[in-house]
Amino acid sequence: MENQKHNGQTPLVEMKDIQISFGGIKAVDKVSVDLYPGEVVGLLGHNGAGKSTLIKVLSGAYQKDGGEIYINGEKATINNPRDARSYNIETIYQTLALADNLDASSNLFLGRELMTSMGMVDDDSMEAETRKIMNRLNPNFEKFTAPVSALSGGQRQSVAIARAVYFNAKILIMDEPTAALGPHETQMVSDLIEKLKADGIGIFLISHDIHDVMKLCDRASVMKNGQLVGSVNVDDVTDDDLLSMIILGKNPSENKSA
Amino acid sequence: MENRITRLASNFKIDFRILGMIGALIILWVVFNSVTGGRFLTPRNLFNLSVQTASVAVMATGMVFIIVTRHIDLSVGSLLGMLGMIMGTTQTHILPDLLGIGHPAIWILTISVGLVCGIAIGALQGWAVGYLTIPAFIVTLGGFMVFRGSAWWITHGQTVAPLDSTFKLLGGGAEGTLGSTLSWIVGITASLIAVIIMLISRRKKSAHGFKVPPFWAEGILAGCAVFLIMGFVWIMNSYQLPKGAVKRIYEVKDLPIPDHAIYHGIAIPVVILLLVAIIMTVVSKRTRFGRYIYATGGNPEAAELSGINTRLLTVKVFALMGGLTAIAAVIASARLGSVGNDLGTLDELRVIAAAVIGGTALAGGAGTIYGAILGALIMQSLQSGMAMVGVDAPLQSIVVGLVLVLAVFLDITYRRKTGQ
Repeated sequence: MENQKHNGQTPLVEMKDIQISFGGIKAVDKVSVDLYPGEVVGLLGHNGAGKSTLIKVLSGAYQKDGGEIYINGEKATINNPRDARSYNIETIYQTLALADNLDASSNLFLGRELMTSMGMVDDDSMEAETRKIMNRLNPNFEKFTAPVSALSGGQRQSVAIARAVYFNAKILIMDEPTAALGPHETQMVSDLIEKLKADGIGIFLISHDIHDVMKLCDRASVMKNGQLVGSVNVDDVTDDDLLSMIILGKNPSENKSA
Repeated sequence: MENRITRLASNFKIDFRILGMIGALIILWVVFNSVTGGRFLTPRNLFNLSVQTASVAVMATGMVFIIVTRHIDLSVGSLLGMLGMIMGTTQTHILPDLLGIGHPAIWILTISVGLVCGIAIGALQGWAVGYLTIPAFIVTLGGFMVFRGSAWWITHGQTVAPLDSTFKLLGGGAEGTLGSTLSWIVGITASLIAVIIMLISRRKKSAHGFKVPPFWAEGILAGCAVFLIMGFVWIMNSYQLPKGAVKRIYEVKDLPIPDHAIYHGIAIPVVILLLVAIIMTVVSKRTRFGRYIYATGGNPEAAELSGINTRLLTVKVFALMGGLTAIAAVIASARLGSVGNDLGTLDELRVIAAAVIGGTALAGGAGTIYGAILGALIMQSLQSGMAMVGVDAPLQSIVVGLVLVLAVFLDITYRRKTGQ
C-alpha cells in the first residue's frame, strides 16, 4: 500500500534484507527500505536501533553481511565509500567527517581534488569553486583559508553539506543534519532539502526528532533493535503513531487490520 | 596594536612559529659566536654545520609525514646503519669483483641498491602498521633492534672501508662541493625560480579574483628569499680550500695548480638536502598523496569516508621514509669515508627531535618540511656550538634533552593561544 504513489516507477535505491552483525550482535537484521526520486524518507528509531548502521552500508562505510542493494533497479556493489560515490550517493555524516586541520575547500574536494594539467593539486581552482557553492548555500561564510577547526558548528555543517551537494548527488544521506544547529541554520537545512527534492534527488534523513520527520519527510521507516518495524506514508499517520512505532515497535497498519 | 601585528603577518602570509624558530636559531648563533670569540659564525664552521645537518634533515622531512599520519618511526637510525653497511659492502666487496675497482658505475649502482632496500624495508614496516594494525611504535622498535643486529651480521662487525671515491663526494669534504662558479649559478637560478614561482602564484590568485597580499609585502618576501639564497652561496663561496687540498685535487685531475685561492662552494650533501626539501615540499602541498597524508592525520575516519585508502597510504609513507633513510645513509657514510657498526646510532631521536622542534605535532595532522629542516639545523647548531665551546658530552645530552621538551612546550602553548 505504501508505494501507491510510485506506480510503475523504479526506485532510486532499494535495500533488500540487509544484514550486518558485530561480534554476534545483529545490528541490522533483514531490513528492507527503498527510496524514490524526489522523495525524502525518514529513518527513525532510538539510539542503537540500527538506522545509522543501515545507512553506512549504503554509503560504503560498512560492508553488509547479507542482502542486496539495487540502484535504479540494477544490482549495485558497494564495498567502500568510493563505490558509493560512483553511484552518486553522497553522505552528510552526523560527525560531519571533516579533517579539522584542512581548510574548507580541501575538505570539500577531499578524495576528489581538482588537478592542474601538471598533475598537481589545484588549490586556487578548488577555492574558487568552494566560494561559488558557499555563496549559494551560506552567503555569510567567509573563512575560506582557515582550517575548519576554526569554524562554528553551523559553518562546519555547511561545509559538509556543500561537499554532498557539489558533486551532483542523486542519492543523499543526511545523518541528523540539524542536531547541532541553531534555529536559523535548521531552517536553512529545511529549505535546502525542499530545493534538492524539487531537483529529483532522493534523500534518506536519519533523525530521532519526530517533528523534523513529520515536516520534511514523505515516508518514514522505523527501526527498533536492528529490525524494521514498518514503513508508512507520513501523511497517513500521526505523531503518536510514529512514537508508538519507535517505542513499542508497533506497526499502525497491523493494528488497523487486526 | 595587536590588530596591526596580525594584519602585518597576514600581509606577509607567514606564521609566528617560523619566525620564533628563526629567532631562536639567530640567538643560538650569536651566543655561540660571542662565547667562542667569533669562531662560530665563520664560513668554515657554517659550511661544516650545513654538511653535518644534511643527513638528519633529509630523514626529518620523511619523519614529518610519519608523525603527521599519527605514527612514529624509531628504526631510522638502525636502518641507516644497516643500509650504510649494505651499500658499503656493495661498493667495496661485491661490485669491484664484478666490474673492477674504481668502475664509474659503482656509486650509482650502490645507491640504487640502497634505495631499493630502504624502500622495501620501509614498505614492509608500513604494511605491518597499516594492514596488520600493529602500533608503529612497536613495529619500529622491533625494527630498531633487528636492523642494528642485521648491520652487525653483514660484516660480522667489521668496519667497511675504503668507500668508492665517487661515492665519497656525496658526503661533502674538500672535493665534494659544487665549487664557487657552479654555486653562483645554482644560487642565481634558484633565486630566479623563487621569484618566478611567487609571481605566477600571485597572478593565478588574481585571475580567480582572490585578495592577494599587497605587492610591496610580497616584494619584500621575495627579496628576503633572494637575500637568503645568495647570502648562503656567498658564505659557502668564502670558505677557502686549504692549499694541500687544492694541490691534491688538481693533481688528480692532471691540471696545473692555480695560484689564486680556490673556494669550497655549496657542499654536495647540502645540494641533495635542498633537492629533497623542494621535492618533499611539493609532495606535501601540491599532490594528492600529500593532501591525503594531512587529511588522514587530521581525521583518519573522515579520510576513510572520503574514499582514501589509509592503509595503503601508511605503506607509502613508511616506504618513503625508508627511501629517505637510504639517501641519508649515503650522505652519512660518504662523509665518514667508511661504514662502522655505530653508524646512525641515536639518529632516530635526532630526527624525531628535529621534526618536533620544527613544529610537527605528535597528535598528527600538522607539520611542515621547512620546519623540520630548521629543527634539524637548530639541533645541530646546539650540538656543534656546545662542542666548540667545550661543553662535556654528558652535559650536551642534558641540554639537548631539555631544549627538546621546552620546544614542544612552547609549541603547545602557541597552538593553544592561536586556537590551532
